[in-house]
Amino acid sequence: ARSQSALGRGLLELLSRDRLDDDVWDEIEERLITADVGVAPTRAVVEELRTKVKVLGSRTPGEVRRLLREQLLAQINPDLDRTLHVQKHGERPAVLLIVGVNGTGKTTTTGKLARVLIGDGKKVVLGAADTFRAAAADQLQTWGERVGADTVRGPEGGDPASVAFDAVAKGIEEKVDVVIVDTAGRLHTKTGLMDELGKVKRVIEKKATVDEVLLVLDATTGQNGMRQAQVFAEVVNITGIALTKLDGTAKGGIVISVQRELGVPVKLAGLGEGPDDLAPFDPEVFVDAILGE
Amino acid sequence: MFETLSDRLTSVFSSLRAKGRLSDADIDATTREIRIALLEADVALPVVKTFVAQVKERARGSEVSQALNPAQQVVKIVNDELIEILGGETRRLRFAKTPPTVIMLAGLQGAGKTTLAGKLARWLREQGHAPMLVAADLQRPNAVQQLQVVGERAQVAVYAPEPGNGVGDPIGVARTSLDEAKRLNHDIVIIDTAGRLGIDQEMMKQAADIRDVVQPDEILFVVDAMIGQDAVTTAQAFMEGVGFDGVVLTKLDGDARGGAALSVRHITGRPIMFASTGEKLEDFDAFHPDRMASRILDMGDILTLIEQA
Ligand SMILES: Nc1nc2c(ncn2[C@@H]2O[C@H](COP(=O)(O)OP(=O)(O)OP(=O)(O)O)[C@@H](O)[C@H]2O)c(=O)[nH]1
Ligand SMILES: Nc1nc2c(ncn2[C@@H]2O[C@H](COP(=O)(O)OP(=O)(O)OP(=O)(O)O)[C@@H](O)[C@H]2O)c(=O)[nH]1
Ligand SMILES: [Mg+2]
Ligand SMILES: [Mg+2]
Repeated sequence: ARSQSALGRGLLELLSRDRLDDDVWDEIEERLITADVGVAPTRAVVEELRTKVKVLGSRTPGEVRRLLREQLLAQINPDLDRTLHVQKHGERPAVLLIVGVNGTGKTTTTGKLARVLIGDGKKVVLGAADTFRAAAADQLQTWGERVGADTVRGPEGGDPASVAFDAVAKGIEEKVDVVIVDTAGRLHTKTGLMDELGKVKRVIEKKATVDEVLLVLDATTGQNGMRQAQVFAEVVNITGIALTKLDGTAKGGIVISVQRELGVPVKLAGLGEGPDDLAPFDPEVFVDAILGE
Repeated sequence: MFETLSDRLTSVFSSLRAKGRLSDADIDATTREIRIALLEADVALPVVKTFVAQVKERARGSEVSQALNPAQQVVKIVNDELIEILGGETRRLRFAKTPPTVIMLAGLQGAGKTTLAGKLARWLREQGHAPMLVAADLQRPNAVQQLQVVGERAQVAVYAPEPGNGVGDPIGVARTSLDEAKRLNHDIVIIDTAGRLGIDQEMMKQAADIRDVVQPDEILFVVDAMIGQDAVTTAQAFMEGVGFDGVVLTKLDGDARGGAALSVRHITGRPIMFASTGEKLEDFDAFHPDRMASRILDMGDILTLIEQA
């Protein structure tokens, strides 16, 4: 936190100088790189900003700051549709599939999301399709009990696709509004596990439509986040991103590239370990956090 | 998607190959590419800056100007410096003179602490030790149970006197675990703690309190190889908040470059002791600095490149 605010102050100070010298541009560049935006995207932003400043003849620091903020906002595209698709299909529940690499916060996000939906008056069933990790189903069930949702689970080491199928079947039978299927963490490089995930989705689709496939990305993740998103998008066609652990010092800047390259919007922000620590993703808050304001 | 360092250096090298000596501009061009490669490997910016400055200084020195092929020499310097920093004084686990040896794990949420606890326990058991796992994460839903399952898989004892899920005092559990270990003749105690953020003062104090009651022989900082620029802030926060003696890099079975290894090593001076390379308990290895160096810089290709130069 310390280095962050120091940098933030540095940026403000630099931008309040009379003249825009190389230090200013370096400082802006560093700010973006330390937020995990990535080298190439950072360069692109800074180049464009420099051109704009030249063309517009911007002089005052306030103007430059406004331009930078605007430009970052444009990168994250505030106009994208970030609503969650959780509407029933007639009698059939909406189905959400939660995916991602190990330890990003899938199970926690599943629990928090259920909490939000239940708060909106919906009935929710959880599917514990992580049959692999030690006590994963118990963890989800604890969340279910916490927020008031039933959890469908299978035998340890069992077939995750059949648990997912059972959860959706129960959801249909009990006429619930939303079924959320939590899956095991898997690295995108493990083809066997990625195939298994594809199967989970296909098996659900025998019974219902999968309305959302949410990729849970940890905000501390660096440039590898892009590969994760690409591979998960190929295998299960992700429809949204939940960016977790934004309550820490990491900024999650990699989602800028992810959104741009894949066109998949960040929809949710994870802000802690408690049941209420989930918020709709707000591009302005995200950009301001990167700028340290 | 990303160009590799060797791709980039190829263009720099092709212009250098003809020349015998490196001008300052040549050195700048080479180190600029190295800087980008390090950043794309998620090495933290302040670390990249110091590292590149060091390399630059050596590149201007006589070892390069007198080398047969100066450009190759610069790359070799980078490789050597990386291995030097990553390796440093490597060392084995320290065991207590009077058992039990206490190992405490700490790190961010989801880094892989609980899994590592099982891996360490299994590994130590196979070496003839009698480790005991201690469930001091009483916060995260079913963390206690997770550790119990992990302990079963590792065939080691688990001390879990509190149910967790918000019930029980982790400091108390840590304290009583030592007596329990002595009573049952366990020579090693491995304490699993809750994941915590560097900026969470209260949780950091809890970690420090656990440390103070058990006086660990080793505090291991567990860090995810996929972590980006935040590695510095987080490593510093854990260093100041609880302190650590060694580092474990997890999830190295993925394709992250793992620049955090360099960042954490550089910033804290603590050695990286182990690599966690999978979800299963046997996916565990000593840390190999040379492999890590070539992983960060895509050095496999670089070495070929040097041969071609
Ligand atoms: N600070 C913080 N911690 C979080 C957040 N989301 C999840 N966590 C914590 O991160 C850790 C991992 O969360 P899980 O929900 O178990 O992650 P997962 O993706 O289901 O993990 P696997 O199933 O093992 O792959 C837990 O300690 C959570 O409490 C968040 O937004 N902020
Ligand atoms: N692929 C891979 N997965 C790992 C590795 N180490 C741990 N994991 C997985 O990462 C996830 C989180 O691991 P945990 O051991 O629960 O992490 P933790 O640090 O104890 O998490 P909290 O207690 O919630 O802070 C689980 O899905 C583990 O199976 C590894 O080296 N490789
Ligand atoms: Mg999970
Ligand atoms: Mg744990």
